[in-house]
Amino acid sequence: MVAKAVEAPNVGFDFSNYARNQFFGERLQGIPKATSTGTTIVGVIFGGGDSGEEPGVCLGADTRATGGPIVADKNCEKIHYLTPQIRCCGAGTAADTEFVTNLISSNLELHALSQGRPARVVTAMTMLKQYLFRYQGHVGAHLVLGGVDVTGPQLFTVHAHGSTDKLPYVTMGSGSLAAMAVFESSFKENMKRDEAIALVARAIRSGIFNDLGSGSNVDVAVITKNGTENLRNYEMPNERGTKSRNYKFRRGTTAWTKESIRSLIVSEEIKSTSGAGKDQGGVEVVAVPTGAGAGGEEGMEIDS
Amino acid sequence: MANINSVDIARLKNGEVNLGTSIMAVQFDGGVVIGADSRTTTGSYIANRVTDKLTHIHDRIYCCRSGSAADTQAVADVVHQHAQVYTAVYGAPPTVSRAAALFEKMCYDNKDQLSAGIIVAGWDKESGGSVYNIPLGGGMFQQPWAIGGSGSTYVYGYCDATYREGWSEQETVEFVKNTLALAMSRDGSSGGCIRMCVITKDKVERHFIPGNELPRFWEGKEIIGSVNKQQVVLA
Repeated sequence: MVAKAVEAPNVGFDFSNYARNQFFGERLQGIPKATSTGTTIVGVIFGGGDSGEEPGVCLGADTRATGGPIVADKNCEKIHYLTPQIRCCGAGTAADTEFVTNLISSNLELHALSQGRPARVVTAMTMLKQYLFRYQGHVGAHLVLGGVDVTGPQLFTVHAHGSTDKLPYVTMGSGSLAAMAVFESSFKENMKRDEAIALVARAIRSGIFNDLGSGSNVDVAVITKNGTENLRNYEMPNERGTKSRNYKFRRGTTAWTKESIRSLIVSEEIKSTSGAGKDQGGVEVVAVPTGAGAGGEEGMEIDS
Repeated sequence: MANINSVDIARLKNGEVNLGTSIMAVQFDGGVVIGADSRTTTGSYIANRVTDKLTHIHDRIYCCRSGSAADTQAVADVVHQHAQVYTAVYGAPPTVSRAAALFEKMCYDNKDQLSAGIIVAGWDKESGGSVYNIPLGGGMFQQPWAIGGSGSTYVYGYCDATYREGWSEQETVEFVKNTLALAMSRDGSSGGCIRMCVITKDKVERHFIPGNELPRFWEGKEIIGSVNKQQVVLA
């Protein structure tokens, strides 16, 4: 194939990858499906009344992202940030939930700044439902929205077509039936914080173990008017067992004739930037040696 | 304009949340009584078993929603906003007929994209209590009583036979309660509990009847025929 410099068009939609995708679709078993969060997500309102605790919302999610029958991400984050006191769990198409929550989070921050007060949960709900309704369900985001504002704790479900429900306990995603079974039998009003977390974890575990589309770990977020606690990987009931043998090959298994080691860094210069960068303690490093950057830690070990 | 040669029967899209539903509104001297069941379904799963389908449009105007949950919520939100603007501009709340006309405009102009059956009811100074039925096509029909939703088909006979003009508020509430209970017991897409609003000049009073306190009608017996003869058991 001749490599040609492709100029991206300035206007209109870019179809340059269409032929390439079609080609792959024919070669493989069809065009790959968009990554979907199989998912179990839940939310519960707790506290207040005679529990003696601050009223709040407890959200939970599993951490499996699937692309068809394959687990694309074993530990993805499904509890998205909207504002300091509002969080949103997302089920459905992973890209859609990620981007729609990002967009509404930005808009909420602007809204809060222009109004001079913290954003309310109903504002987030209205923005989400109006956006999703406009796209008639094509943006596949099924969300559990929970937060605390001046009017108290609130919990909503938002479906991809733009309908919302306000409820004291909710579940969404492929594991929602398994999780709802747990809620319907054990939910009570005015639970204590620890009871609520335990209930949410049970409901997510029910989804993880009984639904093929959900799995891995339990994430929890607890929101009260005093703040939000993100309990990432609150429970990890699916840790990989330790391997019984060492499967590494010792150095020398493959014979070599010549060894030559070169540093890929020719020269390195450290320059501190002025202005905003300087205030943030920004130090610009020009070159990054391989194996030591962000990806390097997760890279393969050639020998131990 | 839609292609008239191909009709889209399956109005609700795949995975869309559906207000299966039984809704109704009845006018009486001094106001209206509106009522609905509380079930929202996605396919065969009940997404919300305690839905409030009686949506506030203005102080003395409410609407009952059936069809697609997303479509009816969106339309009701728009009309709610229009009603607020009307009040700000004209200094007086809109009449029920004006609110119903707003609904009708939205539902008719967007009839191809929407799946919404709405009953608008309320009280205003000009006409007292009034009920407007706006079914799927977007037509508007003023009636003394209106029923809607998938469960309504089962209770047309009961309503035709039972309704009388000149009822008091209490008798109207009984009528609504009994009709909805009958519809909910026969329609799979309706159920849960009954929510009602009584809208009069002075106030809007909400009533709630939980599922285990619904009026009960004939529930059948397992064995028919006399005890002496060979017993026929209905499975």
